[in-house]
Amino acid sequence: MSGLSFLSAVSPVVAVLVVPIVGAAVLALVPDYRISARLNVVVSLLCFANAVALFVVERPATGHLLLVDDLNIVFIVLNTFVGLTTSLFSAGYIAHELEVGRLTPTNLRFYHAMYQVMMFGMNLAFVSGNIGLMWVAIEIATLTTVVMVGIYRTHEALEAAWKYFLLGSVGIAFALFGTILVYMAARPVVGEGGDAMVWVTLVAHAGAFDPALINVAFVFLLLGYGTKVGLAPLHAWLPDAHAEGPTPISAVLSGLLLNVALYAVLRFKILLAANPDAIAPGPLMATMGLVSLIFAAFMLYRRRDIKRMFAYSSIEHMGIIVFAFGMGGPLANFAGLLHMVMHSLTKSGIFYAVGHIAQVKGTQKIADIRGLTETHPALGWGLVAGVVAIAGLPPMGVFMSEFLVVTSTFARQPLLALLLVFGLLVAFGALLLRTTHLAFGEPQGSRAPVQASYLPMYLHFALVFGAGVYLPAPLVAWFQNVAGQLG
Amino acid sequence: MPNFVIDIAHMLAGGLVLLSFMMLYQDRLYALINVFALHALVLTLSVAWQAYIQNAPHLYVTAAIALVFKTIVIPVALHKIIRRLGIHRDLETALGIGPTMLAGMALVALSMVLMLRVTPEADPLAREDLAFSLSVVLLGLLTMVTRRNAVSQVIGFMSLENGLVLAAAGAKGMPLVVEISVAFSILIAFIVIGVFLFRIRERFDTVDVSALDQFRGERR
Repeated sequence: MSGLSFLSAVSPVVAVLVVPIVGAAVLALVPDYRISARLNVVVSLLCFANAVALFVVERPATGHLLLVDDLNIVFIVLNTFVGLTTSLFSAGYIAHELEVGRLTPTNLRFYHAMYQVMMFGMNLAFVSGNIGLMWVAIEIATLTTVVMVGIYRTHEALEAAWKYFLLGSVGIAFALFGTILVYMAARPVVGEGGDAMVWVTLVAHAGAFDPALINVAFVFLLLGYGTKVGLAPLHAWLPDAHAEGPTPISAVLSGLLLNVALYAVLRFKILLAANPDAIAPGPLMATMGLVSLIFAAFMLYRRRDIKRMFAYSSIEHMGIIVFAFGMGGPLANFAGLLHMVMHSLTKSGIFYAVGHIAQVKGTQKIADIRGLTETHPALGWGLVAGVVAIAGLPPMGVFMSEFLVVTSTFARQPLLALLLVFGLLVAFGALLLRTTHLAFGEPQGSRAPVQASYLPMYLHFALVFGAGVYLPAPLVAWFQNVAGQLG
Repeated sequence: MPNFVIDIAHMLAGGLVLLSFMMLYQDRLYALINVFALHALVLTLSVAWQAYIQNAPHLYVTAAIALVFKTIVIPVALHKIIRRLGIHRDLETALGIGPTMLAGMALVALSMVLMLRVTPEADPLAREDLAFSLSVVLLGLLTMVTRRNAVSQVIGFMSLENGLVLAAAGAKGMPLVVEISVAFSILIAFIVIGVFLFRIRERFDTVDVSALDQFRGERR
C-alpha cells in the first residue's frame, strides 16, 4: 500500500499535502475543462489513496509541524473520501453549468485549481500538529471557499460571498486571538519559541498553565472556530453561502469544512480537559449546541429554497454534535464522533441529489418542484433515502448516533434530553413536510433525464445505510478509544 | 527592563486604540482611509519597538510589511479604486456617532477588565499590550458593524487585523508571527483586488440592510 505514495518518498502524511497543491498548480494550467475535470478526480483519488495508506504504514514521528494520531486519522480519510466523490459529482455538474452558460471555461480553470487548494487547506488543518499552522490552514480553506461561493458573480452570489468573508474573518480573528492567548499561557511553562505551540507539548504540560488565561483563550477559540462551525447565533453566513455557490461547494462546505472547524474546537477541548483548574468546556458547548439545534429546527419550516433548507439542517446537526461533545463522557463522545462521520456522508450525498434536482428543474425553489419520484424515480427516491437518513430514521447510521446521544443524555440530564428530543422532532416534522412536497404529488417542471451519474450519491447513502445496519467491530473499538481520549 | 521602554510600548499601543476611536466617527471615506494609514504607521512603530526591545529581528519583517503594504500600498490602491469606480464618498453609519463612541468606550473597558484580570502573572509588557490589542480588535469589529459601505467594512477589518498583529508581536518569542502577517496581507490583497476586478460597484455603493434582505432568496 505504501507504494501508492509514490509522489513523496517521505510519507503519506506529506503526500496528502503535496498531491493537492501540485494538482492545483497543474489544474490552473490546463485549459480544457474535460481534461481538468478528470484530472481533478485523479488528484482526489491519489489523495484518498495516500490517506488510506496512513492506516497501513507506520506513523511518522511527531514533529513540530505535522501530527498523525488516532483522532485526526479518520477525519483525513473521511475528508479525502468526500473530496473524491465530490470531484466525481462536480465533473457532471460543471458540464451542465457550462451548457447553460452559468460558468465559462476560464471560470472552470480557476474552480478546479481552487478546489484542490481547498482540499490542501483542509488536509493541512487536520494533520497540523501546531496551533499556529492549524489556524493558517483553516484560513486557507475559508478563503478558497469564499471565492468559490462567489464564482457565479450574480448579485446574490457576491452578497453571500461577502457576508461569508466578513463573518468568516471575524471568526478567524477571534480564533487567532485565542491562539495567541494559548501561547501566552504556555510560554511560562514550556518556554519561548516553537515548542509552546506544538499540540503534543501543550497537552503534556496543560496542567501547569494559568487556568484563567486558557479559560479566556477557549472562549475566544470557541467563538472563533464556532463561527465556522455555523453555531447559532454566529451562523448567518452559512445558509447564504450554501444556497448561492455551486452545489459541489455546498456539499464540501457542509460535509467537510464544518468538520474541520469542529475538529479544531475538539482539540482545544482536550487541552482544557487536561487542566484541572480550568472551567469545564462542556456546559458552554452543550448550550451552544442545543440553541443551534432548536433554532435551526424551527427555521427549517420557513425555507423556500431547497439548498437553504438543507443548509439549516446542517446547522441543526452541528448543534447535535457540539451538544454531544459538550455532554462528554465516553458514550456521548462516541455518539458525537459517529454523528460527525454520518452527517458528513449523508449531507454531501443529499447535496449531490439537490444539485441534480436544481439543474434538471432549473430552479431551487421548493414550491416549483413536485413529484420527483414520478418524473425522476432514481433521483426522487435517492432524495427520499437521504432525507430519511438525515432525519434520523432507522435503519440509517444517523439514527444510531442520534439514538446514542439521546440515551446518554437521558441517563445524566433528563431535562436536557427532553429539549434535545423536542428539537429533533421539530426538525423531523419540517423535513418530512418539505420532502413529501418535493418527492410526491402532481409532477411539476421538466421531465428531461439527468445527464450525470448517480454513483456518488448512492455510494454515500449505501455507506450510511451500511453503518446503520452493521458497524464493524474494529471501527467501534477505534471510536471508543478516541472517545475516551476526548474526556 | 527599564520603565521608559515599557512606557513607550504602551504609548504606541495606546495610540492605536486612540486611532481606532478616530475611525469610529469619520464620515468621509477618504478621511477614513487616511486615519487607517496612520493606524498602520503607528502599528509599524509599535512592532518595530517590540522587535528592538525583545531583540527579535524577525519582527522587523512584520513591521516592514505593515509599513509598505498597509501604510502605503493599500491606502493608495483604495484611493484609486474609489476614484475609478465612482463610489460615494459620504459614509452612512448604522448608529449615530454618540452611541457608537459610547459602545466603543464600553468595549475598551470590557477588554481592560477582562485581560488585566486574567493575566496577573504575565510580564507587564505583554499584559497591557494584550489588553490594548483586544481593544483594537473589538473597536475594529464595531467599525465593521456600524458601517454599511463595503470599503469601510474592509478598513474596519484591516484595523481589527492590526490589533491581532499587535497582540502577536507582544507575545514574546511567538513563532509564525511573520507568516501570520503575510497570510493576512494576502487575504486583504485578495479582497481589494477582488473589489477592483469584479467591479462590483453597486454592491459597494449601497449596502444597506434593506437592500440586503431583498437578495436573500427568502423574501422574494
